[in-house]
Amino acid sequence: MSLRIEVDPIKCEAHGQCAELLPERITLDEWGYPLIDDAPIPASLAGLARRTVRACPTLALRLRHVLHESAADVGSERL
Amino acid sequence: MSLPRVLLGAGAGTMDHATHRRVHGELPPAARRSRNGRPVPLLAELSHAGLRGRGGGAFPLAAKLEAVQRANGRPVVVINGTEGEPMSVKDRMLLEALPHLVLDGAYCLADALGAQDIVIALDQSMGEGHAAVRRAVRERPEAGRRTGQPRIISVPTGYVTGHETAIVNFVNRGIARPMTQPPRISDRGIGRRPTLMSNAETLAHVALIARHGAEWFRTLGPPDEPGSALVTLSGGVRAPGVYEIEYGSRFDALVRAAGGLSEPVRAFLFGGYAGTWIDAAGAAPVKLARGGLSPLGASLGAGVIVALPRSACPVAEVTRVAGWMSDQSASQCGPCVNGLASIADTLADLAEGRGGRDAFTDILRWSDLVIGRGACAHPDGAAAFVTSALRVFSTEFDDHALNGPCDACARRPVLITPRQRSVVA
Amino acid sequence: MNVGPSLYWYLTRASGTVALVLLTASVVIGIAAIARLRTPGVPRFVVDGIHRTASLLAVVFLVLHIVTSVLDSFASISLVDAVIPFVGSYRPLWLGLGAVAFDLLLAVALTSIIRDRLGHATWRGVHWLAYAAWPVAVVHGLGTGSDVHQRWLQAITVACILVVLAAVVGRAMIGWPDNLRVRVGALAMSAVFAGGLVLWLPGGPLGRGWARRAGTPPSLLSHPSSAGRHL
Repeated sequence: MSLRIEVDPIKCEAHGQCAELLPERITLDEWGYPLIDDAPIPASLAGLARRTVRACPTLALRLRHVLHESAADVGSERL
Repeated sequence: MSLPRVLLGAGAGTMDHATHRRVHGELPPAARRSRNGRPVPLLAELSHAGLRGRGGGAFPLAAKLEAVQRANGRPVVVINGTEGEPMSVKDRMLLEALPHLVLDGAYCLADALGAQDIVIALDQSMGEGHAAVRRAVRERPEAGRRTGQPRIISVPTGYVTGHETAIVNFVNRGIARPMTQPPRISDRGIGRRPTLMSNAETLAHVALIARHGAEWFRTLGPPDEPGSALVTLSGGVRAPGVYEIEYGSRFDALVRAAGGLSEPVRAFLFGGYAGTWIDAAGAAPVKLARGGLSPLGASLGAGVIVALPRSACPVAEVTRVAGWMSDQSASQCGPCVNGLASIADTLADLAEGRGGRDAFTDILRWSDLVIGRGACAHPDGAAAFVTSALRVFSTEFDDHALNGPCDACARRPVLITPRQRSVVA
Repeated sequence: MNVGPSLYWYLTRASGTVALVLLTASVVIGIAAIARLRTPGVPRFVVDGIHRTASLLAVVFLVLHIVTSVLDSFASISLVDAVIPFVGSYRPLWLGLGAVAFDLLLAVALTSIIRDRLGHATWRGVHWLAYAAWPVAVVHGLGTGSDVHQRWLQAITVACILVVLAAVVGRAMIGWPDNLRVRVGALAMSAVFAGGLVLWLPGGPLGRGWARRAGTPPSLLSHPSSAGRHL
């Protein structure tokens, strides 16, 4: 089981605090919107990840526990 | 049985209910089909049939049905007849000419799911289609019921307003803009209830499977993509229109059915404005199925194929569509709004010969940057359309980058970009 | 018997002033943050943290302000008067405004603490009450406070007002590009507030006999220990 951080692109308004708090997983694109590294978040970063989620001014971030990778989890949700 | 299936008996005007029952036969009671003498519920039959959605997503219908059954609450069935793709008319045609096939499918699924509420989502610009659907609903035996009458809603015109989450959003809050998933509408949709939304054509196939069974459905098409599908073929063919194809059939057979090419063709657009281009050279033997198209980076999408004549300017067409797709963004997600606008502006510069040295690399970079970063797949589609165009039409794009507009730039457009902007709220 | 101003009296005036300064800082930083003011060298989450800390401290000093005003024996202010406006006997209107400001800030603070459970839309709706709490607090201070003639308090109050007005006007000029109504509304409210103060102060708190007109109970007006507390 692994921890992933995700952004709701509708709620996101490019405040950019997430990239400051969790640069290990989040960088900003040229328009200021978050680029999230899909890699799982290790236990050592979990506390910081939770803080990052709480810090988002528009509550656009979410932590998700992924039980196991399957093709159905990835990408199919947005069709 | 062979083709036509959905288009069986289709003629001018709307097929009334009596004719419909004569042409296709009666619906089995409670939508049960007997296999070897044992009644088999419709849902199991649909699973066996392997029917996938015909609205562009190609999602297995059985999986959607299972998801709705698993969810809590009384389900709602929605007919998605909105058809936002400008070069597609098959759903419009179905609802105007063969509404009972679509309604059969919806009523069957509602019965099988235990749903009482049916919503028919039509594009607000459909005009005559609204009246045809209303008349068809009144003709049905279910019209006598006190409850469970279908509700027809008029969705604002737009490319993304017909997304399943946008329709749910429109019904719930009056805003025809896509929503973030999760939650999926199969869990929480209209009125926060599990919602089964299906493309109009998909429901037409459901109506036929309910009558003839899964085995019959699978007699056409390859095992991994069974059945038939409607395709809107337009552009440089003699008889543009809606055709029913067997999955896996050759593309040139379809072109022949449409009277052949009316003029030399440069390339074919497969899948609409979120689809991809294929050079005309070597397109003839392509098999119209996932197996034949995905090696070429293409798919049928919502069954849209456009033949771009050599007399048209691909740069002008692609640039105009890219600008339109940028305007059609629901403007909710930063990467989509910014990315598609940047791509469209730079393409416009290129077409005018004003593009900078980095224009092509910029466009490719932005196209990559928007993938997967919107709430819906709109930016992904627009990006795929543009990148495949840059690849297939590299000669023409290089030429315009150096020399500016060509003579063909000003000709009448092949790819339609309707002027009406979606009124979402 | 000690008839001079008590320690509580000093503490309540001091903590009230500090609370106003902290609240002012919080409002200005909040406006700067939402206006995406660039802060080179200072990460946005730090600015956000300062905003949250200033707000929390403002509430702490507010509580101190309330408790010490209750404990002070000069005016009979009860704990109830601190949260339920206009029911007290000491300058009911002006003290009551303090209770109003405190209630609003309490709502803002509590909703901020449970923000992730509340959802962004609800939290934001309540947070806008902060724009109401600040001017109410300023008017409360001017109406109730006995230091209104002191230069130091006047200087602090004027500075707070100027800095908030500058922030609001600045935000109204550059922000909300699509919403003319909000921008005009913000500018109008600022003008009304500033103009209102200019019209009210000379004849009001800065004028003669304000203590009596503000509703100080008559028994306190001539109390020996009231010497030096008000004019």
